[in-house]
Amino acid sequence: MTEQTTGQAQETTPYTKPLPEPTAASRPFWEAAREHRLLIQRSRKTGQAVFYPRLVSPFGPDDELEWFEASGRGTVYSYTVAHRPTAPQWAGDTPYVIAIVELDEGAHMTTNIVGCEPADIHIGMRVVVEYDDVTPEVTLVKFRPE
Amino acid sequence: MSLRGKAAIVGVAEFRPTRYTEGATTLGMLAEVARDAIGDAGLEMGEVDGLITEAFAEAPFMAPSTLVEYLGLRARFAEIVDLGGATGAGMVSRAAAAITAGLCETVVCTTAARREQRTASAPKRTASTGWAGRRTDRTPYAEFEEPYGAIGANFGYAMIAKRYHHEYGACADQRAKIAVAQRYNACHNPDALFYGQPITVEDVLNSPVVVEPLHLLEIVMPVAGAAAVVVTSANKAAKLKQRPAYILGAGENTTHRSITYAPSLTNSAITVAADSAFKMAGVRRKDIDVASIYDCYTITVLISLEDAGFAKKGEGGAFVEEHNLQFDGDFPLNPHGGQLSFGQAGIAGGMSHVTEAARQIMGRSDGRQVKKCEYAFVNGNGGIMSEQVSLILGRDR
Repeated sequence: MTEQTTGQAQETTPYTKPLPEPTAASRPFWEAAREHRLLIQRSRKTGQAVFYPRLVSPFGPDDELEWFEASGRGTVYSYTVAHRPTAPQWAGDTPYVIAIVELDEGAHMTTNIVGCEPADIHIGMRVVVEYDDVTPEVTLVKFRPE
Repeated sequence: MSLRGKAAIVGVAEFRPTRYTEGATTLGMLAEVARDAIGDAGLEMGEVDGLITEAFAEAPFMAPSTLVEYLGLRARFAEIVDLGGATGAGMVSRAAAAITAGLCETVVCTTAARREQRTASAPKRTASTGWAGRRTDRTPYAEFEEPYGAIGANFGYAMIAKRYHHEYGACADQRAKIAVAQRYNACHNPDALFYGQPITVEDVLNSPVVVEPLHLLEIVMPVAGAAAVVVTSANKAAKLKQRPAYILGAGENTTHRSITYAPSLTNSAITVAADSAFKMAGVRRKDIDVASIYDCYTITVLISLEDAGFAKKGEGGAFVEEHNLQFDGDFPLNPHGGQLSFGQAGIAGGMSHVTEAARQIMGRSDGRQVKKCEYAFVNGNGGIMSEQVSLILGRDR
């Protein structure tokens, strides 16, 4: 994989933003993200994609979830540009974009849109996954314009 | 079994919102405002046999019994309600249900938020880390949202507003009008945080954009405060000194925790909650004399007006333009100023919509009393349009 990261892992100052703590349910997602792959779940019964990772299918007691590699492509479902930080650790990052991305597989994810000016973003814009290796252990799944 | 007319709010107490408390405990505030509401109802402690409180950090578990003990109650019914901003309304519907089921007769519902000014040396509370950095939240929200800065509620309501613009057109002017009307109301309520500080539509639109498209004056100010109500059986209510506010209808709907997974950003769970409440009450939308609608943000009110059935979907902006939302207007909305202008004291902020609706029905909203107030609609909204509780209160059973 050759995706450009946004470089935060190269900073000498420690990463101070909240980090995910993987659980038994989510570990495959975060391990795949470190390898720059987008691994999510879908219903064995209907094929419907679901995010976030779960132990239990929301589609019925006779259903099970299976992992699959998503395309990493989707559209901006909605977004906001934060002109004031949503938490103190983001004070130096304004303006930044928080968005819900609708993956082509159908599931929604909250994420950041990077790699463009906030003013250039619109609902319905095509985006593609952008892996951000924020620490040696953790890679966050962000998106940039396609 | 319907709750219609089975129980009533007979006592109300509320602390004036302040920016900070000094040396207060949440437990003490919860007890004090509960005591005041019981006194307001003209009841003795021994007559109260139920207690509902919110979850609060000072009592990590067994909060209801902690308060029962503190107040010297003997409770046949004691519980926590945890529905975010819908907690206050949810306490009232649960109290009415417990009373109707015969579990108890008189329930005090209490909420409070203390807010101490932080000293420079005190540890900062950030994201889901507790004090001193201890991770306390292991929900999917903490795992899949906080790392992206999706923290608090501002971002979520901003994304709702952006999507609303996309689907139905811009509504900034109309949202501003909601904030302005509520500020007018607050200027008639000396207890409101922003009493004496009128604003204009231009003030709202010229205030800084915090999260696009929401401006500073469209966002609640967090404050300290407390609010409590006493709910009792209709039979007992009829024997008390003051006019009761009868609970005629209640409805509830919860669909998600994080806005990411909401079934829709612009069609909320209020529809189910409000339809249930109106159906139970047998009251029509046009019968409502005062609307006490949860207003953490202006966009919340706009969407609530639509989903509660006062305006058609996508026509909330036109509804706001066509109506005068002041307490002395043709569609009185949040006469106490709403949380936007009264102040949001945590969970007590949501309860303020209950206390104000009850006071209006009781005819006790001095200086901002809605004339001929027979029916009130209350909506509580928790999380990011996550938990919805609607109530219909009325002057007669």
